[in-house]
This record gives sequence, C-alpha cells and structure tokens, in this order.
Amino acid sequence: MIGLTAQTGRIFLTFCSFIGELIIFCVRVFANILTPPFYMRAFFSSLIHIGWLSLPVVGITAFFTGGALALQIYAGGARFNAEEVVPSIVAIGMVRELGPVLGGLMVAARVASSIAAEIGTMKVTEQIDALSTLSTDPIKYLVVPRLIAAFLTVPLLVGVGDSIGILGGYVVGVTQLEFNNTIYLINSINYLELWDILSGLVKGAVFGCIIALMGCFFGMRCEKGARGVGQATKSAVVSASVLILAANYFLTEAFFTS
Amino acid sequence: MIDVSNVYKSFGQNHVLKGVNLKVHDGKSMVIIGASGQGKSVILKCLLGLTKPNSGKILLNGVDPNSAQKNIILSKVGMLFQGGALFDSLPIWQNVAFRYLHGKQKINASEARKIAIKKLERVGLEKSFADNFPSQLSGGMQKRVALARAIATQPEIIFFDEPTTGLDPIMAQVINNLIRELVVELGVTAVTITHDIQSVRSIADEVAFLHNGVIQWTGYLNQLDKSNNKYLKQFMAGSTDGPIGTLR
Repeated sequence: MIGLTAQTGRIFLTFCSFIGELIIFCVRVFANILTPPFYMRAFFSSLIHIGWLSLPVVGITAFFTGGALALQIYAGGARFNAEEVVPSIVAIGMVRELGPVLGGLMVAARVASSIAAEIGTMKVTEQIDALSTLSTDPIKYLVVPRLIAAFLTVPLLVGVGDSIGILGGYVVGVTQLEFNNTIYLINSINYLELWDILSGLVKGAVFGCIIALMGCFFGMRCEKGARGVGQATKSAVVSASVLILAANYFLTEAFFTS
Repeated sequence: MIDVSNVYKSFGQNHVLKGVNLKVHDGKSMVIIGASGQGKSVILKCLLGLTKPNSGKILLNGVDPNSAQKNIILSKVGMLFQGGALFDSLPIWQNVAFRYLHGKQKINASEARKIAIKKLERVGLEKSFADNFPSQLSGGMQKRVALARAIATQPEIIFFDEPTTGLDPIMAQVINNLIRELVVELGVTAVTITHDIQSVRSIADEVAFLHNGVIQWTGYLNQLDKSNNKYLKQFMAGSTDGPIGTLR
C-alpha cells in the first residue's frame, strides 16, 4: 500500500514538474517574441517548411475528406429524403471542423515531428550549446521563428484545405451523386456564414501555435542518443495531436454554444 | 584570467564536482585531464555558463559566466566542441562567420564571408570548401572548421573539449599543432579537456588532474612525469592497477 502511494506520488510530482517546465518554456518563448534580434532568414525558411511544403499533404487529405463526407451525408440524408443538404453540410463541416482539425493533425504529424527531430538532434550534437556560446539565444533563434511561421501559415493551410475539401465534395457530388453543378455550388456558398470561415481560421492559428510549441519543447528537452530523438519526436506528435483535439472542443464550445 | 573557486555541482544524488579550485593565468594554456566520468565536461559547461554550479565562484576575466553579464563575456570566448557542433543547415562559411552574421558584431554578408575564408585558410582549409555543408566534410575537416569558428572573432579565451577525439593520430597531431600555434599567435588564455596524453604534451603550459570531483594535482607540463600523485601516475601509465577503479 505504501509502495503504491509512493509510486502515485512520484508520478504526480513528475507530471507537475513536466507541466511547470512547459509553462516556463512557453513564458520564455512569448517573452522573446517582441524583443530583438529577429532572425528573418530562419523565419522565412520556417514559412516555407511549415506552410508551403505542407500544402500537398493538407490538400490531398482535404480533397478525400470532402469527397467521403459528401458520400456519407448523401447516404445518411437519403434515409429521410434530405439528399439536397449535401453541399451545405459538406461546406459547413469542412470549414468549421474537418478542415481545421484534419489540417492541424496532418501538419502536426509532418511539422511537429520534424521540428522535434531537428532540434533534438541539435541538442544531442551540442549545436544548441554552441548557439549559446556564440551569444545567440536558442529560444530566439530556433523557437520564435517557427512559432510565428506556424501561427501565420496554419490558418492559411486551413483556408486552402477548406476550399479543396469543398471541391472534393463538389467533384463527388457532381460526378457520382448526380447533382447539378451550379446548384451544388450555390448551395455550398449560400448556407455558409462569415463566422463559420473565421472560426476555422482562428482554430488554425491556435493549432499552429500548439504544433510549433510542442515540436520545439520536446526537441529542446531531448535526451541523448537515437532513442532520445525518437522519444522526443513521438512525444511531440502525440501531445500536439491530443492538444489540437482538446483545444478544438473548447474553441468549438466557445464559438458556437452561446 | 580564469578563476574557479570551490565549485560544487550535483545532478540529483550524483555529486560530480566537489570543490574544484583552478586558476589559469592570461595567455597560458591549461589542460585538464582525468578519467571518464570525473566531471571534466561539467567543469567546462560551468565555465561557459551552460550549467550553473550549486555553489562556488567562477570568473572569466573578472565576469561570472552565470550572471546577467554572461553575453558580454561569451562574446570574448571561443569554444571547440568535441563533435564540432557545426550547424548542419548552414554552409561552412556561415558556420565560421556565425557571430558576424547573427551576433552583436553583425556586418554585411560579403565582409563576413571574406573573414570566414581567411579563418578557414588559417586552419588549413581551402576557399573551395566554404560553400560545402558540414556533412560533406571528414571528421578532421569538421574539427578545423569548428576551430576556425572558435577563433573567428578574436577571442580572449578559448575552450577546447576533447579536440582530438575520433581523429587518426596524424590528424590529431595536426589539430594539436594548430591549437598550439593559434594559442601562441593570438595570445589567448586556453583551457582544454582531454584524455589524450599526446595532446597534453603538445598543447599544455600547465596541467590539472581531476579525479573524484576535485583537482588532485596541478603543475607545469615538465612536472607531469615527475609527480608522485598516485592517481596521476596510474592515469599517465594507463594502468588498470591502482587507486582509480575501472568500473565507471
């Protein structure tokens, strides 16, 4: 019994210490965002890596998701003669939920892992120590440019993903479900409100911050060896994905329940 | 001058440094030797302000590297890491000129490149390597680039962490000779940590022997072989018999 209590206490303390470490890391990052120096080259390189190079994976995911969504809604709607809601539900579903969440998860898989592996490898090969000895703050040089780039590019990716997802639904709707193409487009747009689109973009910005912070945090606390880098990568992807899903629930509640 | 007084450092229950005292005078080359796991790298990290000691005092030219003035002193310090620690994503010349491109001594890129090429030539690397990436170079060349980066901004103090580890004996001697030449030429204060006795004989003015978290012996290079310290004698002989255990 004492052993079990001690073990529980140990796990609780480790968890508290982890949370404390994460909070301190986030405070350090946000404190460094507004103060110079700014590493523009690192920022533009992150923009390309996080934004541009994630476009194919986000686009393909969104296209097939939109198509599958159209098929599902059509099949479900047919049970009570509501097939005509397919375009509007696909559009609303994509911009409010599936675009941001699936886009966020795909970017988390691609970007959080690569950031954690890159920074983790830099940590174990003493490149982070080298930065410090060269009078360069690793938070400013490695974390801040990635955070800002993710904050700016993930909403754009979500916007593009939304459009491609709606296009996927349109292609399936017109070619397989025999919708009239003009009516499909009109119904897609007519029932969409500006806030539907904006809420998805705000979610994208929050998810971008989560992805960059998790990738950088786990990379920075990476332990030595290949196993350490692997562990950091896994932890970054898992935590970013879980936090995205949790944040999505709370943002949805905040945006749409009142 | 480097002044280390009564420095203690623990990691959890593991007491690594147990009251280290060390003085390195201006322009002198101090080599710290000792068996693996005795805290040599930890001393170096404390000297660079990368790890804060639990207690004790460290002064580099009168400035505590763990204080708010850390960046002032670090701008006058060069460091050669064991594995080179070159930035994989940057070409060689940008690695060498990193401080000129990103630091407080920022200058335009073409000037920085000129300085980087001059430093590369000083360590025996041709201009044609400047645009290569670190992964395209051999271990010996990477060490030379790291050395060029360490001397790029005319430092007052240079630290060398196991400068010859992983190199063949000939390349190791090339690096030892380069270090010796640069220390004399630039008149810098140097601290090297190494296991390599050949390096000690090539680089050192003074030697400190670290064992069990304390400096057991210090002296000039010519006193090294005459010492009666039982730990140092065993270490220098490379013997498995003696007070230094072999299970670490």
